[in-house]
Amino acid sequence: MDRKKPSRRKFLASGAVVAGAAAGALKPANAQTPAPAAAPMAGTAAAKKDIKELIAYGERSRFVTSLREPSEGRPSPDAFGLTFHVVTPLGESAGSITPSSLHYVAAHRGFYVPDIDPAKHQLMIHGMVDRPLIFTVDEVKQFPSVTRVHFLECIGNRSNARRNTVAQTHGMTSCSEWTGVLVSTLLREAGVQKDASWIVSEGDEEVKGASSIPLGKAMDDCLVAWAQNGEPVRPQQGFPLRLIVPGFEGIYQTKYLRRIKVVDRYYMTYNDYGHLQKDPKVIALTSQIGPKSVITFPGGGHQLRKPGYYEISGLAWSGAGAVKKVDVSTDGGKTWKVAELRTPAYRMAHTRFALPWTWDGKECDIMSRCTDELGTVQPTRAQVAKFWNEPLTPQFNVKGADNTIQVWKIRADGSVHNANFL
Amino acid sequence: MRTSSNARCASAGSKKTRPTLIAFVLVLGAAVSAQSPTYHLGRTPTPDEIKAWDIAISPDGHELPPGHGTAKEGRDLFIEKGCSQCHGRNGEGGRAPTLIVMKGMSTAPGRPMPGMDMGIQGPGLMAVSAPFATTMWDYINRGMPLGREGSLKPDEVYALTAFLLFRNEVIKSEDEVLDDVAEAEDAEPEWIHRTSRVEARDAAAPRLSLTLFLKP
Repeated sequence: MDRKKPSRRKFLASGAVVAGAAAGALKPANAQTPAPAAAPMAGTAAAKKDIKELIAYGERSRFVTSLREPSEGRPSPDAFGLTFHVVTPLGESAGSITPSSLHYVAAHRGFYVPDIDPAKHQLMIHGMVDRPLIFTVDEVKQFPSVTRVHFLECIGNRSNARRNTVAQTHGMTSCSEWTGVLVSTLLREAGVQKDASWIVSEGDEEVKGASSIPLGKAMDDCLVAWAQNGEPVRPQQGFPLRLIVPGFEGIYQTKYLRRIKVVDRYYMTYNDYGHLQKDPKVIALTSQIGPKSVITFPGGGHQLRKPGYYEISGLAWSGAGAVKKVDVSTDGGKTWKVAELRTPAYRMAHTRFALPWTWDGKECDIMSRCTDELGTVQPTRAQVAKFWNEPLTPQFNVKGADNTIQVWKIRADGSVHNANFL
Repeated sequence: MRTSSNARCASAGSKKTRPTLIAFVLVLGAAVSAQSPTYHLGRTPTPDEIKAWDIAISPDGHELPPGHGTAKEGRDLFIEKGCSQCHGRNGEGGRAPTLIVMKGMSTAPGRPMPGMDMGIQGPGLMAVSAPFATTMWDYINRGMPLGREGSLKPDEVYALTAFLLFRNEVIKSEDEVLDDVAEAEDAEPEWIHRTSRVEARDAAAPRLSLTLFLKP
């Protein structure tokens, strides 16, 4: 850790310029690169140290500036110093995998990242099982593993009139390749009793955050992940063990997993309280993320230099399964073209889509629409408002998880803006 | 959990229902058949280990440790334990979330609440959305006070829970004793989770995806 500190500090210092510029203002597509630092002289102590770093752990170019930033809607930290929401810079994303270092973070208990020694961490399975069990992290890794690509998304990930970049409107979703053991493998080892119907998952951080999850979901496709994108799960993502509940909202994805209790009822525990006593119709629109997509280029805050050829590119995902189709419109939704899927359409995973496009230099509205493997289609804000029988105004608040279509307006000067609330 | 007067402390405003849970398991078809160990990994936890870790409180309260407390005791503890420093002397007006439903407070969606940062809205507030004794007990026990989580004794958690339930007019007297005697029917939300997948069809429009959670 120590040997990484100086370079990280240098890196943060250069990044602060960009982050500062982005706060409250448009972030240009080709953000100004930081002034180059003086190269260390060959043979100096600094050069030797750099070589050691070059050998040990690679870093990206100092000219690459994309960074996470606080979510505009929830200042991080907030006035009380607890709420911490940072967004993935989707406007500079490529492919379907989010670098672990740029994965979004949403936490309501501040910056707290438990410093867990994996050699001391344990996972207990108990409750309505024939054989309660405790595993070390090494034992969890001994089980047959699976590797799956899944997105995570915060329920608060939504566009609003104050948010004008794709990072701000959609950056609280990220996608990783997770490696771990299926929850069903662990539960079968313990022997689930026949009246069981739910599990309670619990973390090892200060508040021991806990959620109720239907047993059927747990047995179907949940996994206890110990690796993310080819390396141990990062501390901000739940090191050493994180529960992945594919397609469900972020709060179910229990970090620092220490316990799974098999039970016969919804437990109304710590993280469940936000789901209690809401309108059942609203509840129906939470928990599982609907089919969703967003154009990440050109998106809010980007600047097209001149008319000509561009590739429209974006991400699509669904909490219900794989992306089947993505349509793109460049005329405000009058006509649609089927986009190409550029990455494999894994279930509950970001899928990159693209559409070749020539911009004629005129103002236009562009948008994308996801259809998932169930045939469910991503709705517009107007359709959702109609569903709730409410007037479509800029103030209309999509209830539950917001998976509505994002419209970007490209002005004749090439600037790109959030047009959802015009 | 019960109070000394057997007041229905746990489910403010809800009818006395004991819904049968129809879980995802039926729909997703993940049949749980007879299972025997395959990999023989891990060890059997001791009863003490299980007890020490078993802090999630069921709506029937069977994990609750022995103990009791009153709202009156809770009122004093609210000051002594430092709750009031963040939440305000009466559970409102501090930097931390408001803990009581105040007169005239809108609980409609989309209305920011006093004392909350932008984004956390009325129905997300615990006192409004989850005035259930076991949920509050569980939350206070594992999550409070900030920075000293897990330091409260059971009697203190009972008293603080009683205080918040009293302040929110769920229990009617400051002297009612909240204890660990379980009454299963006391604490259930009005709705239950169910997994019918409903698609609201709009003649011309794409379908909206709903995973429905319904009352029984």
